[in-house]
This record gives sequence, C-alpha cells and structure tokens, in this order.
Amino acid sequence: MSRNRKALIRILAALLIFLPALILFRFSPLKTVGEVAEGWQVKDPRFYAAFCPFLIAYLIVGYDVIIKAVRNLFSGRLLDENFLMVVATFGAIALLDLPEACGVMLFYQVGELFQRYAVGKSRRSIAALMDIRPDSARVLVNGEERVLMPEEVTEGDILLVRAGERVPVDAVLTEGEVTVDLSSLTGESLPKVLTAGEEVLSGAVDLSGEVRLRAVRKYKESTVARILDLVENASARKAKAENFITKFARFYTPIVVGAALLIGVLPPLFIGHWGEWLKKALTFLVVSCPCALVISVPLSFFGGIGGASKKGILIKGGSALERLASADTFLFDKTGTITKGRFEVVEVYPAERAKEILAAAAIAEGSSNHPIAKSVMAYAPTVDRDGFTVQEMAGRGIKAVKGEDVILVGNEKLFAEECLPIEKRENAGTLLYVARKGEFLGVITVSDVPKENAAEVISCLREEGCRSVMLTGDRFDAAKEVAKQVGVDDFAADLLPQQKVEWLERILSERKGEKGVCFIGDGINDAPVLAMADVGIAMGGIGSDAAIEAADVVLMKDDLASIPRAKKIAGKTMRIVRENIAFALGIKAAVLLLTALGLMGSYAMWLAVFADVGVAVIAILNAMRTLGSR
Amino acid sequence: MKKTYKLTDLCCANCAAEIERGIAKIKGVTLCNVNFVMQKLTFETAEGGDDEAVIKKVKKIIRRVEPDCDMVEIG
Repeated sequence: MSRNRKALIRILAALLIFLPALILFRFSPLKTVGEVAEGWQVKDPRFYAAFCPFLIAYLIVGYDVIIKAVRNLFSGRLLDENFLMVVATFGAIALLDLPEACGVMLFYQVGELFQRYAVGKSRRSIAALMDIRPDSARVLVNGEERVLMPEEVTEGDILLVRAGERVPVDAVLTEGEVTVDLSSLTGESLPKVLTAGEEVLSGAVDLSGEVRLRAVRKYKESTVARILDLVENASARKAKAENFITKFARFYTPIVVGAALLIGVLPPLFIGHWGEWLKKALTFLVVSCPCALVISVPLSFFGGIGGASKKGILIKGGSALERLASADTFLFDKTGTITKGRFEVVEVYPAERAKEILAAAAIAEGSSNHPIAKSVMAYAPTVDRDGFTVQEMAGRGIKAVKGEDVILVGNEKLFAEECLPIEKRENAGTLLYVARKGEFLGVITVSDVPKENAAEVISCLREEGCRSVMLTGDRFDAAKEVAKQVGVDDFAADLLPQQKVEWLERILSERKGEKGVCFIGDGINDAPVLAMADVGIAMGGIGSDAAIEAADVVLMKDDLASIPRAKKIAGKTMRIVRENIAFALGIKAAVLLLTALGLMGSYAMWLAVFADVGVAVIAILNAMRTLGSR
Repeated sequence: MKKTYKLTDLCCANCAAEIERGIAKIKGVTLCNVNFVMQKLTFETAEGGDDEAVIKKVKKIIRRVEPDCDMVEIG
C-alpha cells in the first residue's frame, strides 16, 4: 500500500473517532468544565474520561510524528517539523485542551498528505516532460535482431527502428527515407522527412515505418542523454532567489523558536496567565517551519526549466533563468543567427534578361561547390552543360568554354582582366557579373538574407523593453543592410572575434543596475563571448560541445522566436518565485503577529497549521503553473 | 569519484537542503547536490580519499535527517 493511501486511511479513521467525540464534548456539560480547565483545577473524573477518544484519535493520526520527533531528539535535530508539531500538541494536552491537540494534529496530517500528493504530482509532470529517454534499442547483430539497453549500443552498430519507436542513440539513416517527430527535442511539432545519409537525433520518434540506422554516437554522448543531463542537473546551478531562501530558512526557524520561548516566558512573568501565553508560544512553534518556502522555490525553477525544455529551450539552471528574466540587452551575432547563414539570390539585373543570365551562370557554376555557386544553382533553371570545360579562377570567378561559346561569371576583377566593360551595381551583398560570347548580360546579386521572423522577433523584444544590437565580422555595408531590414537598435561591423569580446565588455561596464546582457550566437566561433555574457544563448541544437559548455541557454531549434519565448518563460517563473516567497512569508508573518497580539482567539493553532502546511500546498500548486508556460 | 543516488521517499524540501549541507561538510567531499524534485543525490569526492568512509558518513547523515529515506546507487 502506498504511503499516501496509508496516511489517508489513518486520517479517516481518526476523523471517525474525533468528530463524534468533538460534537459530544461541545454539547455536554463537560465543555464548561473544559473552560475551567485552563485554571488547572479540574477534579471531575468524567472530564478525563471524555479525553480518551481524543487521545486515541490523536495517537492514530500522529503516532509517526511522535516517533520521528523522539528519534530526532536523540540525533540532536530539535527544530524539525515533527518535533515542533509534537511540542505544540503536547503543550495543548498539558493545557488539557485535548480536542485542540487532536484536531491540530489531524489538520497537520491532512496538510502533509496534500503536500506529498502535490509534490508527487509535480514530480510526475516534470518527469513526463523529460520522458524522452529511449527504453531499449534494437540492434542487428550478424543478421539477427537483438534488444539491448541504449547504453550498450556502440558506434557503427546497425539499429532497427519501427514506427512509434524512439531512436535510441544519434545515428545516420543508411537507406530510404524516414519521417520523424522531433517535438520532444526541439518543440517543433511539424514532422521532418530525412533521407539516406542524414543524421537522425536520438529521441526522435519514427513516424513512418521500419528503417535501418547506423549508430554514430554512444548513448552517453547522444543528444537525449545530453539534454537530460543538462535539465536534470540544472538545479545544481542555483539562482540567487534559491540561495536566499535556503539561507533565510536556516535563520528563520531558530528566530521564530526563540521568539516563541520569549513569548511563552517573559510576558507571563509580569502579567501572569501562563496557559494563555504558552498557547501563543506553541502557535509560534507551528509557524516556524520553513517548508513552504524551501519546497516551492526550487520547484518553481524546476518547473520553468522543464517547461522550457519541452519547447526546445534548454536553460542551464536557476541562475541562468534568473539572469535571462532580468536581461534587457540582446546582442546578436549576424551570420547564421539573424541571417540564414547561406547565400540566396536577391536580385538579377536587368530583370528582363534574368532567364538568360541565370542560364549562363548555371552552366558555369554547375560543378562548383562554393556556397555562392550553390545559391545560384538553387535559383537557376536546369541547363544542359554538355561539352563545356570549366575553369575556376581563384578570387575572381569562373570561365566556361565550349568552342566559340565563352561564359564568364565573376567579380569586377575578372572582367577587368578580360577587358569587358560592365554596368556596375551598388548592392549590398556579393555581385556576380555575367557575360556570354563576349557580350555583358547583367548582374546577379547574392547575399545572406535575414531569417523570415528576424524583424518580428526584434520588435517583439523591443515591446518587452529590450535593446537589440547586432555584432558581426562582416563588411559594414552588408551589416548595415541587414540591420536596416531587421530593425536592430544598433550594430557593429568588421569585428574580429577579439573585438566582439571588447564590445561585450563595454556594454557590460555601461549597464545600469542588475539588468542582464544576453549574447546570441551559433557557438561555433563565438564561444568566448557566449561564456562572458550574463546569458549566453547558443542557437541551433546541441551539436557543438564548445557552445553547450559556454552557453547558459541552448536553443534546440534554429528559430529566433525561441528567444522572446525563453525570456517570457523566465519572466513568468521569476514572477511565480516572488509570489511564493511573498505569499508564504506574508501569511506566516501575519499569523505570528495576530497570535502575538492575541487577535486570533481560539483559532490560533489552526491558523498556524494552515500557515505551515496549507501555505506549502498553495505554493506548490502555484509553482506548478510554471510548467504551463507558453 | 562522482556518485549519483536516487533518494526514495525524500519528501521534505528542508530535509533535502539539510542533507545537502551535511554531506558538503564531510571531509573529502568536493561537491554535493541534492535535487529535491528529481529525488537525486550527486556528490564528488577528492581523488585518493577514502570513498568507503565518505559513503558511510553520507548514509549516516541521510538516516539521521530522513530515516525513511533509502538511497539507491544509479551511477
């Protein structure tokens, strides 16, 4: 039988005895005797007899608390929850208020049960978020299929994955085609089609049917294991708020217990009423447990980190989340971050001759592997290249010859050498001049264009009050063009890697207050900047070790929209953390104050238990809202 | 040496913090983290130390703070 079940049965059994006994007691003449009891002068044996059912109910529901308290007493841990509860209820018993002792213990146990239930539930929902661990791997050994643990797979093994199964380790598709669901890794819900030779990340779910893959990494080094490692160990990097709470909790309890001692001893020394002040002191003890705080703060952070991971945003710990929430300056790398990182044809001039120009260029560029050539090929029609001999002229362009038919594609230098006049264009980007059979045809402009949603994301950040700056090693005019298109607040071009670091240093020294500075890059050559920024955000997956090592946030999906999303999740999590701290401390302070002033009457102890376990349950429920971050 | 344990029935966050503080104080332990949400204890010991003795002390601390809590090694 589960622990919660047992606790529930005990609570119900105790209630069954407690409630009738309470009703009988309240309506019997003994109640008045009970009120006299505070004067320590009860002689009526019926009064003690009436205590029996309460005592039984108290023991049924609270025996484990008493046992734990005694055990703690021997191991020198005086201030734990169990001990405080026992002291408080024994105090009530000493004051001959058995109904209260029993009721408070019952209430406490109900609260504890709720709390355990809530914690268990949140643990499960967080675990469900991280349910990307593959259970087993089918490996083909000597033509036979064997089921192994993912950890047992080695590089080069041939894996069989069927529809609905998870890819156990990072692998390469050996043949055919497969449609995979990467949503648990990247948050991208659209299935992706992969063809032979492409890499399939572990954790991807096969949607289409049985395929064969060749393992390229061990489980420990595979994407799934690394994501899990990052997220599960995120709690080791504690946020300031977390550290504050653990420190606070250490002082809070002794202080409240000290206050309880003072209140139980000092006032009655002067004004008497020992019983009344003792009761107040006991109430203090109940409120002195810091559990609501200690439990809800890390849970909120974990929920936020878990919720973000579900969306393909891996946040390395509470401290990174805290800094991201406060960040107001976002520095972007240009190539591959704001831009697509690959060339595209943006203009063919003059447009009337576009077909002719592109056809000529395609013949010349068809066999080249240069990124610029590839971008032209992607844009141009398919052409018949038979019979052309192609000559690459480094740093200038390409010449394709077939008898009399000579095609020239290249920059101004090439045309100057060939003594062919050209019509110049002043475009940002790379200009390819094209000529055929001695006649100048026109210009193709290729350039690295911004991602479709770059401008939207920048304006989204601006709405949140954040400044965005683009840093690039690219030429000034290319950078200016991109900066204009996406609308960043500022940009700097012609930067060497070292100068990017200097830029960041300057921004860090100029900032006001606690506001954080983020740097977003692909992590390939900007690891130092990623590491130095308050929050380094590496885009585009878990591929590069250096990036993961240096970054605080890793975006699994190469999508800029993840940045405002991450910021929103961080903001919401921090808000909930603050709410929980304020709520728990506020209620506790209020209960302490009202008790000390004697304004809570006979409900003091009950409210105190609420301030302990009730507040904890509410704080846990509030913490779980972080999971649903959108 | 790095050790990871699952702490079953770890149900009080304050106790988790106390266990973490206690283990961090053991001589020879260089790093310690108790993850309350994942119910996971991770600690690292210095090279060349007496790991057996450290583990014994860790067990003792856990028994003291949370007697119902079991530790199961997971790596």
